[in-house]
Amino acid sequence: MTTLDAKIPAGPVADKWNNFKANEKLVNPANKRKFKVIVVGTGLAGASAAATLAELGYQVDAFTFHDSPRRAHSIAAQGGINAAKNYRGDGDSVHRLFYDTIKGGDFRSREANVHRLAEVSVDIIDQMVAQGVPFAREYGGMLDNRSFGGAQVSRTFYARGQTGQQLLLGAYQQLARQIGLGGVRLFNRTELVDVVTIDGRCAGIVVRDLMTGEVSSHSAHAVVLATGGYGNVFFLSTNAMACNVTAAWRAHKRGAYFANPCYTQIHPTCIPQSDDFQSKLTLMSESLRNDGRVWVPKNAGDTRAPHLIPEDERDYYLERLYPSFGNLAPRDISSRAAKRAVDAGQGVGDKQNGVYLDFADAIGRLGKNVVAERYGNLFDMYERITGENPYDVPMRIYPASHYTMGGLWVDYELMTTIPGLYAAGEANFSDHGANRLGASALMQGLADGYFVLPYTISNYLAEWLNKPVPDTSHPEFARVESEARERYHRFASIGGTRSPDWFHRELGKIIWDYCGMERSEAGLDKALSEIPALYEEFHKDLRVTGGEDGVNQTLEKAARVEDFFELGMLMCRDALERRESCGGHFRSEYQTEEGEALRDDENFAHVAAWEFTGDPMTPNRHVEDLVYEEVHFQTRSYK
Amino acid sequence: MSSTLKNLTLKVWRQAGPGSKGHFESHTIDEITDEASFLEMLDILNERLISQGNEAVVFDHDCREGICGTCSLMINGQAHGPERGTATCQLHMRKFSSGDTIVIEPWRASAFPIVRDLMVDRSAFDRIVEAGGFITAATGGAPDANLIPIPKPVADAAMDAAQCIGCGACVAACPNGAANLFTAAKISHLNLLPQGQAERFSRVENMVETMDEHFGSCTNHGECEAACPKEISIDMIALMNADYRKAKVKNRKQLARS
Repeated sequence: MTTLDAKIPAGPVADKWNNFKANEKLVNPANKRKFKVIVVGTGLAGASAAATLAELGYQVDAFTFHDSPRRAHSIAAQGGINAAKNYRGDGDSVHRLFYDTIKGGDFRSREANVHRLAEVSVDIIDQMVAQGVPFAREYGGMLDNRSFGGAQVSRTFYARGQTGQQLLLGAYQQLARQIGLGGVRLFNRTELVDVVTIDGRCAGIVVRDLMTGEVSSHSAHAVVLATGGYGNVFFLSTNAMACNVTAAWRAHKRGAYFANPCYTQIHPTCIPQSDDFQSKLTLMSESLRNDGRVWVPKNAGDTRAPHLIPEDERDYYLERLYPSFGNLAPRDISSRAAKRAVDAGQGVGDKQNGVYLDFADAIGRLGKNVVAERYGNLFDMYERITGENPYDVPMRIYPASHYTMGGLWVDYELMTTIPGLYAAGEANFSDHGANRLGASALMQGLADGYFVLPYTISNYLAEWLNKPVPDTSHPEFARVESEARERYHRFASIGGTRSPDWFHRELGKIIWDYCGMERSEAGLDKALSEIPALYEEFHKDLRVTGGEDGVNQTLEKAARVEDFFELGMLMCRDALERRESCGGHFRSEYQTEEGEALRDDENFAHVAAWEFTGDPMTPNRHVEDLVYEEVHFQTRSYK
Repeated sequence: MSSTLKNLTLKVWRQAGPGSKGHFESHTIDEITDEASFLEMLDILNERLISQGNEAVVFDHDCREGICGTCSLMINGQAHGPERGTATCQLHMRKFSSGDTIVIEPWRASAFPIVRDLMVDRSAFDRIVEAGGFITAATGGAPDANLIPIPKPVADAAMDAAQCIGCGACVAACPNGAANLFTAAKISHLNLLPQGQAERFSRVENMVETMDEHFGSCTNHGECEAACPKEISIDMIALMNADYRKAKVKNRKQLARS
C-alpha cells in the first residue's frame, strides 16, 4: 500500500487555487496548436472542456458514442445548478458552499478541490448566461433561485425542470461552433475501447466505429475522459441506457487507480419497478417531498387500496423518525427508511415494492390548482408512466441508483495516476465525498471542463513542447488494437444461450441486493462469491447474434457488461474494506442505536484508490489521507 | 391496476444497411403488460430474437425520459406514436389494445439516411447548429450574469423554443422533409435573447441556408407542430422567416447605428 500524493498547492485553503494559477506552467498561444488533446465524452464536462481547449488554440479531437454530442446524459438533470452568487443576500458565500459540500459528502472529500469548485461556481453561471442558457427569471429580469437539497440558502439556478438539458445544449452549441470552425474534429458514434500507455504516459486511445465495427488508434499529447458514472452497474437505475463504465474501466486496467467505487447515491423518489422487463427507472423530482407525505400501512401485507386504510393504520415513518426534518430528510436517510419499510412487508402497489407519497393533505390545504401549478408537469409524467392519477391516488415511489461519487482517482490537477490521462465530471471521484448534494453534479461537470482542466492541462503539456511523442505507428497501438479486435471477436463467437442484457440484469440484482442501500460483511462476501461465478458463466454462455462489422448493439452491450462485472467485484471489495458507514455507504454493522450512519474518522478519513493487478478479485488498495485544515468533523443529525 | 394486452402483431422495418433494400418483418407478441413502455416491448422482442439466434432489431434510444431526443420511430404512420406531446420512449402499451397491428418504421426523410433497421443518421441537424446555432462567448470573459436583465416573458419565450430535443420528428412528419421547426426553434431561442443580438442576422442567414442544403422546403402543413414531443409552436417558423427577410435586406454595417 502506498500513500498517494494529490499535489495540493501550498497555502490556506482559500488561496490554493490562486497559488496554483500563479505558479503553473503555461503554453504560449502560438505553441498551443502544436499539441493535440483527445476528449472522450461530450456531456457537460467533455463538451465544455473540448470547446474551451479549442478556443485556447489546442487541436482537439472529441469522441462520443452517441449520434450527436447533444445526447449525453447530463441532459436529463432536472432540478438545477448550485452557485455561490449570493444574489438573494441570504448569507451565501464561497465558504458556505464549500462547507455545505464537505458536510454533505460526510467528510470524505478533498478540501482543496471542493473549495476550488465553490470558487468557480460563480463563473459558471456568468458563462452559461453569456452562452444564452434561458435560466428562470424574475419579473424585474434578474435571475431566479430556488432552495434545494436541505441547504439553508437559495443558491440553485434553474431552467424549468430541464436545467441539465439547457446547460448541455449551451455547452454543445459552444462545441458545435468549434466544430464548424475546425478547432475540434468530432468523431460521433465512436466508442473508446482501450487506452494506450507508452513509457509510463498516456499516448492515446483505441476506438471502435459503431457504424462499421472498425477498430482504430488515435494518439495525442493528453487524453481527457469525461465519460460519466457507473450507476448502470445496478442494471436498473435512473441513468440512460447507454451509460457505462467502459472508458474508466479500460483506463483502470491500464494503470489508473479507481477511487471509492462503493460511494453510490440512491435517490429516494423514483417510480418503482412495474415488471420484470423494466429497462430503467424514472426519477420524480425531489421537490415533491416539500408537499407530499410519505407513508406505508402499519400492518405488513395490508393490500387494501390506500383510501381504505384509516389514518391510525398508516405509518408516516419519516415524520415519526425524523420529526424536525420529516419528509425532507436527506436522500440517503429517506432511501434507507423506505427500504426498511418494504423489507418489513409494508410495501405498497401490485408488487409491494414502493411507499406512498401522498398529496391529499397538500390538496386539502392548498387546493388542487396550487398543487397543479407547482407539480403539474411531474404529475403528468407520473400518470404517463404508471397510468395512475396522483391527484386521486397517492404516488408510489422507491429509491433507485442515481449517481456515483466514486470514479477514477485524480490529483488536484484532475490527472489520473497515468501521466497525461485526465478524468473530468462524474467519471472522476474528486469533489462529492461519500454523498453528493442536489444540484451539484451539473456544477462539477462544468467546473471541471470550463475552469479547471484548461488551466491544469497546460501545466503538463508545457513540459512536452517540441519533444517527440509516439504516434499511432508505434507498435503498442497495433498491439492494443489487435487485443480489442480479439475481444470483440471472442464475444461474437462464444455461441452460448443468454443475451448480454440477461447477464446484466442478473449482475444488477446481486449488486443491488448486497451492495445497494445497505451493505454487510456477510452480504458482500456472498456477492463476491456469486459475481465471479456469474462472470464465468458469462464467458461460457453469452450469445451475441449478428456480425462484428456494421451496427451491432448486442455486441456493444456485451463489452460494456463485461466491464460492469469487473467493476462490480471492485465495488463490493471496496464496500467490504470500508468498515464504517458514511454518506451513501451504509454498513449495517456500523450504525448508531437509532440506526444512523456511524463514521470512523480515526481509521477511514481517507480515499481508497484501487490498483488493478490483473485479477479483478485481488486489487491492491492504496490510500490518500484526507487532511482537514479548514473544517472539523461533525456528525450529521436530522432528528 | 395493470392489465395484459394479447395478440399484438408488429410489422417492423428491417434494412441491413444504407444502400440495401428494406422490408417489413412480422412478429407477434402473445402477451404483454400494459405497464410496459413501447421500447420495453421492443427489448422483449429483441431478447426473443437473440434467444432464437436471430439479429436484434436496431433502434436508437437512450435516456427513456423524453429528454435526450435519441429515440425516434414512426408508429402506425405517426412520428413518436399516437400520444401527443410524448416521445416514443415515454409511450406506454396502455395506449394500444389487444389484437392491434402496429407498424414500426424509421424516420422517412432523404436528409436522414437509414443506417440500419430503425436507426437513421440525423447529423444534418448538427451541421445546422454548427453554422450558427450558438452565441459566440469564449470561456472566461463573461460579465456578471445579472448585468443584463431579461424580462421574464422574453426568458420564457426563449425557453419555450429552447426545449427542442433534436429528435427529428418534425422532419419525419413533414410531407416535404423540411427542418424548419427544428431550425426555427434554435434561431428563436437565441434571437429572442439580448445576448443573441450581435449575431442575430448572420445566424439566421447561415442556419437557414445550411438547412436548405440538406432539407426540403416548408409549405406550412403544420404536421411538425403536431408531431413535436415538446409541442413547439410553428410560430417559431414565422419568427425565423421574419428575421431571415430582415437579414437579407439590412446592411449589417449600419446595424451598429440603428
